[in-house]
Amino acid sequence: MKPELIRDRILSALPGSEVEVLDTTGTGDHFEARVVSPAFVGKSMVDQHQAVYAPLQPELATGELHALALKTYSPEQWQKWIERTRSPK
Amino acid sequence: MIPDELKARFDKEIQGNKVVVYMKGNALFPQCGFSARALQLLQPLGPVHTVDVLTEPGVRDGIKAYSNWPTIPQIYINGKFVGGSDILGELAERGELEALVAAR
Repeated sequence: MKPELIRDRILSALPGSEVEVLDTTGTGDHFEARVVSPAFVGKSMVDQHQAVYAPLQPELATGELHALALKTYSPEQWQKWIERTRSPK
Repeated sequence: MIPDELKARFDKEIQGNKVVVYMKGNALFPQCGFSARALQLLQPLGPVHTVDVLTEPGVRDGIKAYSNWPTIPQIYINGKFVGGSDILGELAERGELEALVAAR
């Protein structure tokens, strides 16, 4: 799979999201994605990840997409993450 | 849809063990980096019941349907579905994993 296709699928399932997809092994089956979406507000991490997996279900089922490491955030969670990593100790 | 027998087995396994990891390989020989990572995070916190989805036909697809989760590993703590290795890692990073395991 191409990372662009994964990105497009996630974007159509979660419009208005910010999506970054990385092919971690260069073999087109192991990916890492960061998704920041307004749809994640008030959702548990399990719900957030399920929402990202949903549009990729066929490829996950066949194993064409073997691994998709996920980082999911609501816009507010993402903002906090940025602040946390930026602030000096 | 999963067979009643398999569902009953998962129910029993998950209720009967504090920490359950459905993984590829076993505790001694994990067959996948994500499964290995999940174990690394959990083992210091107490006993972990592992189920090798590679040696039990039916369990691999069965647990995916049961949890509505498409990937392995899958982690259950205190009878509740926690998620996969990413969520486990996130909880560990936030320092929440230990409390989750200790709770009852």
